[in-house]
Amino acid sequence: MIYLELLLSFLQIGLFSIGGGYAAMPLIQAQVVEQHGWLTMNEFIDLITIAEMTPGPIAINSATFVGIRIAGPLGAIVATLGCILPSLLIVSCLAVIYFRYKNLSVLQNMLGALRPAVVALIASAGLSILMKVAFQGAAPAVESLNWIGVGLFAMGFFILRKFKWNPILVMVLCGAGGLLLGLAAG
Amino acid sequence: MEPSPEKGKNLLKLFFSMLYISAFTFGGGFVIITFMKRKFVDELHWIDEQEMLDLTALAQSSPGAIAVNAAILVGWHVGGFWGMAAAVLGTILPPMAILSVISFFYAAFASNPYVALTLKGMQAGVAAVILDVVCSLGSNVLRQNSSIHLIIMAAAFVATFFFKVNVIYIILAAGAIGIVLALTDRRKGETA
Repeated sequence: MIYLELLLSFLQIGLFSIGGGYAAMPLIQAQVVEQHGWLTMNEFIDLITIAEMTPGPIAINSATFVGIRIAGPLGAIVATLGCILPSLLIVSCLAVIYFRYKNLSVLQNMLGALRPAVVALIASAGLSILMKVAFQGAAPAVESLNWIGVGLFAMGFFILRKFKWNPILVMVLCGAGGLLLGLAAG
Repeated sequence: MEPSPEKGKNLLKLFFSMLYISAFTFGGGFVIITFMKRKFVDELHWIDEQEMLDLTALAQSSPGAIAVNAAILVGWHVGGFWGMAAAVLGTILPPMAILSVISFFYAAFASNPYVALTLKGMQAGVAAVILDVVCSLGSNVLRQNSSIHLIIMAAAFVATFFFKVNVIYIILAAGAIGIVLALTDRRKGETA
């Protein structure tokens, strides 16, 4: 039965992808392209492109996309449910443990050491996106610099730090700026 | 247990906050976490900054999508089981709706030049939002004046940004250092 297959497939993707979107990608490929043949490799690459261009976690995006193409709206719901079920169980347990025991000194020390590491991870993710915007995947060099992207970044960063605008507004304005400047630059 | 009107209002606010954040966060789990921090820590004051960093570490090191995991953790904190359900629903509905629509005409969408230009501009905005949050969080770590925390932050950054070390190992290593610190603290306490 196709619904059960979708559920089990995405259950595995949800259970074994630790560390976010890019960690889920090879698992999705293995299940969806290689094991079940639900998508061709070309369709899978399109899916990744779309997932990067649209909001939401890549695993949820894939579950919806594959589910709806294979088995319609119900397929999308079943695949998404499979995808989030492991999180619902495991992370809910962690939530209860965290809020009950977070004041223990061992946990306090451990979390104290984790926090600076998390700040570093977020910094690294932000800088990777900035590098991609600035050099569009090319090796860092002055001639491959994307001035529009860097300019939009600098404007956005300045507005956020100085005036504390709503971040989503800043993002939408950067999108509009990118479209207008890109068209003007030809 | 009958939810009070106040609680019901908070659940709705939680649901719509996550719906709004999820509909506009392009590009990965850390992006959504920075938006959640702005909303729930800075604006609504439902969570303090330390807790948000703890929840980020938990969300990152658990299986599944970071955004969904973070929604589960924040949801439990704000409104127990129903808070968790509201937050998760808010998180998954926008991508489900958007991908359902796109799946019908995805080739045209992916190759549209106007879409591509707009998305490129938005990526610059995303980088600005994340690095703005990093400046706030980073300056708080600096203010604590703990050399061991500074070393952890610097080492974690070098490991992940330059050497592409898997984030799970970084979180495990930082957690292990924390446990060692806790044990040595206790021993010092006993001998003193």
